[in-house]
Amino acid sequence: MDSIAPVAFDVARIRQDFPILSQPQARGRPLVFLDSGASAQKPRVVIDAMVRCMETAYANVHRGAYRLSELATDAYEAARGATARFINAADVREIVFTKNSTEAMNLVAHCWGRGVMQPGQAVVISELEHHANIVPWQMLRDDKGNELRVCRVNDSGELDMDDLERHLADGKVGLVAIAHMSNVLGTVTPVERIVAMAHAHGARVLLDGSQAAVHRRVDVQAIGCDFYCFTGHKLYGPTGIGVLWARLEHLDRMPPFLGGGDMIASVTFEHSTWAPSPGKFEAGTPAIIEAVGLHAAIDYVTAIGMDAIEAHERTLVDHATARLARVEGLTLLGHAQDRGGVFAFALDAAHPHDLATLLDRAGIAVRAGRHCAEPLHARFGLEGGTTRASFGLYTTTDEIDLLAQALAEAREFFR
Amino acid sequence: MTPSTGGQTTGLFDDLRDLYQEVILDHGRKPRNFRRLEDATATARGDNPMCGDRIELFVALAPDGNIADAAFQGRGCAISTASASLMTETVKGKTAAQAKALGATFRELAMTGTCPDCGAELADEMERLAPLSGVHEFPSRVKCATLAWHTLNAALDGTKEASSE
Repeated sequence: MDSIAPVAFDVARIRQDFPILSQPQARGRPLVFLDSGASAQKPRVVIDAMVRCMETAYANVHRGAYRLSELATDAYEAARGATARFINAADVREIVFTKNSTEAMNLVAHCWGRGVMQPGQAVVISELEHHANIVPWQMLRDDKGNELRVCRVNDSGELDMDDLERHLADGKVGLVAIAHMSNVLGTVTPVERIVAMAHAHGARVLLDGSQAAVHRRVDVQAIGCDFYCFTGHKLYGPTGIGVLWARLEHLDRMPPFLGGGDMIASVTFEHSTWAPSPGKFEAGTPAIIEAVGLHAAIDYVTAIGMDAIEAHERTLVDHATARLARVEGLTLLGHAQDRGGVFAFALDAAHPHDLATLLDRAGIAVRAGRHCAEPLHARFGLEGGTTRASFGLYTTTDEIDLLAQALAEAREFFR
Repeated sequence: MTPSTGGQTTGLFDDLRDLYQEVILDHGRKPRNFRRLEDATATARGDNPMCGDRIELFVALAPDGNIADAAFQGRGCAISTASASLMTETVKGKTAAQAKALGATFRELAMTGTCPDCGAELADEMERLAPLSGVHEFPSRVKCATLAWHTLNAALDGTKEASSE
């Protein structure tokens, strides 16, 4: 890993980049947005890039032999190039644009799971997965019979690596599909170790990077995984665009996903042939404006520096860990050594939904419920859900203090 | 920053007392009829899959068609627990038809804050349920208040399961 150089990180200046953060909330309170893990706010440069695309360079891509279409195609493909550089992909053709991470994982389950994996091979997921990295594999199991194995998580919220080794031991595992960072516990999983263990047993590795790609530098070649999925809207980009990165050798072996325009080489009524990767997986008019927005978002976080963002987040995590521990009656879910800025918790006196309603009144936006991770909540005996605060690069330690104070007061309210 | 370790209040949430009236907090903390009903003649389960709220409702209908007893178990927020608690108290002694009519009127109250159809025959019952009318200002919380009533309908109709989604 690269060492983290000290970088001047001016959160006050960064906050000015996000128009929504200066929108007053109920009773004139400032917005304390602690739900970036669900979807992040958008900086002005992303908003402007998308507007500029529509105003000056918009047409359909890969089609028209006219200047506007060429401009749009160039912009769309430039977004692919920026995305490849962002995660250090070896080849720009390894970047497939999808609708979101969920679609990226479904694409792998559909095309690689059904088209390349053998029916006798198993898939290993873990207890800390988001539903998007559970359900596609259940559907594969129910469709093709591929066994689904679940790796345990210990009480600290870390992957039980011995359990992973046990699941891999019989050599029947075709794919290990694990979150790079938990959207509930904040746990960052030891992806290099997972890859080494899985590859030693002949299994491929998919990483759900929906959370991780936002919080730290991702280098898919250094990690050594086979598939990496993330989404634009959590990375300060627009909704409607996600990313599947896969090694070209895998993409080339996979059958297409959806059929339609753009994904073909030629079509007759008898037979069609497929475009090379990544076009094979991008049927129909893609999310052109959203790709431009994603490109702007990647440029934005890259200019700030992913290492600087990670360092800022470490400050926030340390502050929140200490501060929330002082809130009476509060139980934090997960205490992983390596963790990012996501904190799910239970407060003894208040149900998560009641708490979220109160916090909203204080201008604090948090998520309540099970955060698309129902099995994980069951694992920790919290079927009724938790309240979750998740941080972005614009989050401040003052906001964490406001949260902690509001939680203490909410507890008094309900007691 | 001064550490806050609980105890002090700055009135941050005072204007939420309309939503969380004392009767709701009380029923939320100490729900009435929170038990299984072994002689239930009708039961149903209600789920709010979005938030994980879940109730199991038991109704005992007497031979004359009146609701002799009603009870529930489950988990949920203060609003949904209080609503189920108040509902089990309110429907006792009513016929199934009366209970369903009350439910329809209550759902109107929860969604709009008023009940134009509150006739004299339901006035007493609606007054008991009135503390929940504050939810109409919180669209995401309306279904917390109505889950129990959806579940009651399912029990009385014999459909066994209700969802507030």
